Order: sequence, then C-alpha cells, then structure tokens
Amino acid sequence: MKLPIYLDYHATTPVDPRVVQAMLPYFTEIFGNAASRNHPFGWAAEEAVEKARKQVADLIGANAKEIIFTSGATESNNLAIKGVAEMYREKGNHLITCVTEHKAVIDTCKKLEKQGYRVTYLAVQKDGRISLDELKAAITDKTILISIMTANNEIGVIQPIAEIGTIAKEKGVLFHTDAVQATGKIPFDVNALKVDLVSMSAHKMYGPKGVGALYVRRRNPRVLLAEQTNGGGHERGMRSGTLNVTGIVGLGTASEIAKAEMATESARLRAMRDRLSAELHANLDEIFINGSVEHRLPHNLNISFAYVEGESLLMGINDVAVSSGSACTSASLEPSYVLKALGAGDDLAHSSIRFGLGRWTTDEELDYVINKLTTVVRRLREMSPLYEMAKEGIDLSKMQWVTH
Amino acid sequence: MAYSDKVIDHYENPRNVGSLPKDDANVGTGLVGAPECGDVMKLQVKVNPVTGVIDDARFKTFGCGSAIASSSLATEWLKGKTVDEALAIKNTDIVEELALPPVKIHCSVLAEDAIKAAIADYKAKQHEGKAEPALAGSQPNA
Repeated sequence: MKLPIYLDYHATTPVDPRVVQAMLPYFTEIFGNAASRNHPFGWAAEEAVEKARKQVADLIGANAKEIIFTSGATESNNLAIKGVAEMYREKGNHLITCVTEHKAVIDTCKKLEKQGYRVTYLAVQKDGRISLDELKAAITDKTILISIMTANNEIGVIQPIAEIGTIAKEKGVLFHTDAVQATGKIPFDVNALKVDLVSMSAHKMYGPKGVGALYVRRRNPRVLLAEQTNGGGHERGMRSGTLNVTGIVGLGTASEIAKAEMATESARLRAMRDRLSAELHANLDEIFINGSVEHRLPHNLNISFAYVEGESLLMGINDVAVSSGSACTSASLEPSYVLKALGAGDDLAHSSIRFGLGRWTTDEELDYVINKLTTVVRRLREMSPLYEMAKEGIDLSKMQWVTH
Repeated sequence: MAYSDKVIDHYENPRNVGSLPKDDANVGTGLVGAPECGDVMKLQVKVNPVTGVIDDARFKTFGCGSAIASSSLATEWLKGKTVDEALAIKNTDIVEELALPPVKIHCSVLAEDAIKAAIADYKAKQHEGKAEPALAGSQPNA
C-alpha cells in the first residue's frame, strides 16, 4: 500500500489512464482548431468534439445538440444562471436557490442581487435536503429560475431533483442543477428528472481539469441563454472561445467509462463506504454522520467526531488526504457554511471530516484509515477538555464561554 | 499548511497533558475559548504555598495543532516560575518560539489568556482562603 492515501475524490479525481490514452493524439497529431471548416486538421478536431458531445449527452440522457462545452462547472453555473437571468429579464427578476449550494452558484446569485434581481435562498432541513413545500411557497409570477444542486460536495446529500423538476415544470419556471458531484456517479436522466440546465465537470469523474459542460434543453421548453463570453460564436453562440479539443475528448471518454461502469463502481464504493462508517461507529462513541444517510452519494461520508477539532485530527492522519469543515482548514476562519446550515452547531462543524472514496480506493487503505483515525481520535479526546467535561456530565451547551 | 517542527513536536509529544484537582486551594484553573470557535483551552497551575513557585502545570486543549502546541509550551514554561513571572509570559513569546504564522496568532493569545485565567483563579482562592470550585472566567449557567 502506498502512502499518502487519497480519500478526497470530491475535490478532484486522478485522470483515468484510459482517458489519458484517448486524449494524447489530440495534443500533437490531431491538433486542429475545431472551428477550422476548410481543411482536414479542423475536420478531425471537429469530429472528435462531436463524438465527445454524444458521449456526454449519452451519460445524462440528452441529445448531443444540447451539450455546450465550457472550462468547467464554475463557468457552467455562471453561464446558466447569468444567461437565464439576462435572457428572461422581461419575464421576471426572481431566482430561487439554496443555502448549501457551491460558491459558484451562491456568489453568482449574490452578484445578480447587486444588479437588481431578487434571490430566495432556501434553508435545508436537518438531513440537508430542501423542503418542497418551502420551494412551492417561494415561487412567484416573477420567478424565472430555480437552481438546486443534485448532490452536495461536502455532505454528499442528494436533493429531490425529480420532484423539484415536476414543480418547476408545473409553474413554468426553468430548473438548473449543478450536478458536478452526481453525473457519472449516480443515474442521471435529464428527461426523467425534468431539468432544463445541468452543470458538469470532467475532473470530478476521472477526466482532466479545465473542461466541463452545460446541458441546455432544446425542446419543451427551448431554453435560451444570453451569452456571457463574446467572440467567435462557438457552441451555438452561447459560449465563444476556441474549443479545448483535448480536454473535451477527455470529458467524453470519461463520460463513456462512467456510464459503462457506474453500476458496478457505485455498488463497490457504497459497500466500502458503509464499512468505513460501521467500523468507525463500532470503535468510537459520539460520532455523527452529517446529512441524510439515505439520500446520499454512494462514495461520500461526512462525520463529526465530537470533542475533537478537525484540523488537529487532519494533522494526526497526515498521510490520509481528506477535508474538514473546521474553520482552521479554510482561509475564511469560518467553519463550513454547509454544516452550519444543517443546524447541528458550529462545534460539530469544527469536528467534521469529509471522506470521498473513488475508483482506486482499496479495502487495505480503508483498514489503515480506520485504525489510524480511531487511534488519533482517542488520543485527542484524552487531550480534550470538552470530552472530559462531557464525561463529567457537564452540559456543554449551557456553559458560558469566554470568547474573543 | 506547513507546520513548524516545534508545533509538530508538541502536537505529537504534548507535555503535561492532564488535569489537577480543581478544588485544591493551591490549584488555579483557567478555561478559555469556545467550542463554536474551534478552540477551548483548560490550563491549570499548582502553586507551592511556601515558595510561591509553580510546581506543576497541566493542560487539555480542543483546537488545532497550533493551539495544542501553544498550551503544551505554556505548561512547560510555567513550571518553576513564580506567579508573577508567569504573568509576564506574552503571546508574542509563544508565537516566536513556535514560529506561528499570522492566522495562528489567536492560538497564542488564547494560551496567554489561559495562563492569566489560571493565575487569577489561584489568587482568588488564596484571597478567599478557601477552596471554591471556581473555573475562572466560565461558570455553568446554573
């Protein structure tokens, strides 16, 4: 077994060697500009792009013509939200999203608010999912877009996308979903889910960084977007810029592999994730899974280890790559806003670890992580005044703390 | 984030982890920080009533590696010092010794606060002349 162990597959994934092989010719031999219509170099590049477009479309049950290539999901989210907001300004100025969205959605909405749009940020319930009743109540005749992520990047919680899609359709509101963590991992069909816009990224599913896609529905309804990048009118005029042919080939190949292997891979990862959870629960008391266990990505586990601070925990398992919701691990000195939104208390956010399992995670690696984590949590709890007080029966929530 | 060797050493081999009897008249206890801020330090000193010298010091810390190292270092420094000498320990001394980066300065501030709170608790006990189970600066909301 090789150290360090990578268990941060929600942050990014290594490129599958099969994807690398597919990409290689497009750096050197087949290097043409896909927009060059008058010579074989361009034709070959265009052919590769159109093949990839079909591969991406097939992964989500879409038509190839509905796929727009972008630089990644952040751009896809920006294009979808700003593009709809600008295009449908005459119809209304209200958007609905959710407090646990990725910053690429939240900050885009914040920017629109400054430009006179109104945004409703739905709260989430304790399990991390939005309330469909609150969603229905938030829709007005000025609502032009609902943007709710498919699966959360921290807690892996899957939102009721099909139900939201049905509500959006009934009310005649467009529905965008940031599906970065979900596509290629769980079944996703744009028609079954009734979504109109879908953001995807290659590097979250064993493709290269710097390339993504946006699904834009063409029928029932035909979704129009105001372009956010001006130039040569590529991608049906919605996203100008010379196509990243190599990256797009990588995204296409990654999509095809994901579609073919999803069932076996997700079953394998789910079993491993469930074992990781079960053994940690067997070894340690007072650990809590953040967010719904039922509606969750198969490869995600987010656990709070009460009375232990996340960064000190990461320091103790420094040969295991994971993330923490602790303030100390972020630049902002604020604990994870996603965990705070669950209402479990800031102290549990500080004590959280996110595990993301992936294509190359092994049982041997998990054994190592379980043992190491158990040892470190026990050691840090022996050192924790909170653990001592809790064991003495003091109610920590009733303490008056001296803060700065 | 890269930690200094000294922070790593204190994290991996913390000095003086543990608790002293908080009802002992010669023990001062400081409890500072808050769980929702991600840092809580408990620091205790045991003072020799004859010499006024700190014979023993213990800590328990919920916090990042730098917070653990700051409190571990503080207990090391406290042993053998008089109460007045202990009060002269500044957070900047801790920052320098552990080579803490700017984002971790609050850990050293917390350690200085913990020292001051522990000594204040000890002094209050001496003043009252009896052993009250008083946690300086933090009382349960009855």
